[in-house]
Amino acid sequence: MTSRAEPIPIAAAKRPRRSHRTEARITKYALLAVFVVIVLMPVYVLLVTSFKGAAETDPSQAWALPQNWTLAGWRTAWHDLSPALGNSFKLVIPATVLSCVLGSLNGFVLSKWKFPGADFVFTIMLFGLFIPYQAVMIPLAQLFSDIHFPEGIPRLIFAHVVYGIPITALIFRNYYATIPDELMEAARMDRAGMFRTYWSVVLPLSMPAFVVAAIWQFTSIWNDFLFAVFLIVDPAKWPVTVALNNEAGSLVTTYNVQMAGALLASLPTLIVYILLGRYFMRGLLAGALKG
Amino acid sequence: MRNVRRWGPGLLLVSPSIILILVFVFGLIGWNAKVSLSDWRTSVHSTGWAGLAAYRDLNADPAWSEDLHHILLFTATFIVGALFVGLTLAFLLEKGVRGEGFFRSIYLFPMAVSFIAAGVVWRWLMNPAPGDRSTGLNVIFEKLHVGFLGNEWYLGQNWGMSAMALPAIWALSGYIMALYLAGFRGVPEELREAARMDGASEFRVYRHVVFPYLRPVTLSAVIILGHISIKVFDLIVAIGGKQLITQTPAVYMWILIYDAQDYAKGAAIATLLLLGISVLIIPYLIFTVRSERRA
Repeated sequence: MTSRAEPIPIAAAKRPRRSHRTEARITKYALLAVFVVIVLMPVYVLLVTSFKGAAETDPSQAWALPQNWTLAGWRTAWHDLSPALGNSFKLVIPATVLSCVLGSLNGFVLSKWKFPGADFVFTIMLFGLFIPYQAVMIPLAQLFSDIHFPEGIPRLIFAHVVYGIPITALIFRNYYATIPDELMEAARMDRAGMFRTYWSVVLPLSMPAFVVAAIWQFTSIWNDFLFAVFLIVDPAKWPVTVALNNEAGSLVTTYNVQMAGALLASLPTLIVYILLGRYFMRGLLAGALKG
Repeated sequence: MRNVRRWGPGLLLVSPSIILILVFVFGLIGWNAKVSLSDWRTSVHSTGWAGLAAYRDLNADPAWSEDLHHILLFTATFIVGALFVGLTLAFLLEKGVRGEGFFRSIYLFPMAVSFIAAGVVWRWLMNPAPGDRSTGLNVIFEKLHVGFLGNEWYLGQNWGMSAMALPAIWALSGYIMALYLAGFRGVPEELREAARMDGASEFRVYRHVVFPYLRPVTLSAVIILGHISIKVFDLIVAIGGKQLITQTPAVYMWILIYDAQDYAKGAAIATLLLLGISVLIIPYLIFTVRSERRA
């Protein structure tokens, strides 16, 4: 035990200071734990309620574990929401892929293959980050029907790709700014054109930016409600946010079904978050300009 | 301009995106403004000129003044709450604690959840129903013998919109924490050391060295939270539905379009939302781009 022996105190006066520090440390961890409990409280409620029976509604049992664990709520929620979950996947996968490809190309040109006025163009794009989408929603719906754009999911894919241009350009531009210009110079010495430079120099380095942009777009498109509610008329084409809101807003839907539905609708983004949380954080900071 | 052959392909590659942004951001904003000045007040599409009639209607509309009152209260509570919680969390974490990664990911996870899904559980938590239909926080208060804390939450007559901000604070505090944490870590350690060498107490090190460093972070955070708040829509729909007592401008716009089919008035709200946010954003964008150029 010698290795763990306390160092001999040099001056007695230091002692109270140390205990003061321990106290501060305990307070710190206690506060952190309190916040963990508060943040996770809704998760507890969601999980516990989703496994209760429809009849377990007595307030005295509201926070208690289920008396009889049952999957009934999950089954009903799955039955009601699975078509909408399918729609969401059909929407979010192509939209995310297209957004990332476009973002990578735009980010590359705007940082490494600049044309005169490139910075101005970027500033104009940034403005598109912040507009409240309500300001384009009425004409957008009108335009889609005027030009007979294919109804349903394709309209949403198009909208999310277009309004995703600013944020993806920002993420990729910020990332590419960290690639040394010497690499570009070297490619130029080899008389490589734009596409070859992009393909063989820039793209192989782009993986982290693709992950960050993909997580960002996946999460915000999956969680979007506004575009879907304004652009999708046919309930059979609703993504899961609209379907869930419709289901949970109905007076006949019991709490267990609502909570199971909310969990189902959140699982994909939560899984992405758990697997790639590190990049999630990075994306948030990269996109610090955007909310 | 020397070498078109060099930068030409780049411009060509970006031009579809530029055109899309010009058309679908700037073009549609103009179109929306035009709708707001038109006489399109029914389901029949109309492009006749009506001047500021829709804006005048809004101005005289008692529901609209309720909306403005609601959004002010919501925004104030949301910004103050999220800044306070976010800064507190970052402050607790900044010197490095054991399991920092764990705490960070817990605090940040609500960002990954949609307001619609969060709304489902928060509506249960903030259920104002009395008696045997009561759930959530009111039940907990009863159990802990602080039943007097039980309240009507988002349906409260005066402070309802403050309660409505609680789920938003829950959702965004982790993000604000991440911003502040990055800010804290950006303070050069030498500066703190130097202040300590000068005999400054830890409190004064924070007060005079660290916190001044965080001012730009606070500015960004206020802008980000403010622009989320002004247009808040899904959270309100998920928790309050279409009730007037929780109605915000964005919700009113939706009701006007879908239930009343008053397109001009809906477009007028959309234009006002854009103006409100632009007042916040444009100076900030100019400031950001300038400081990027300086760097």
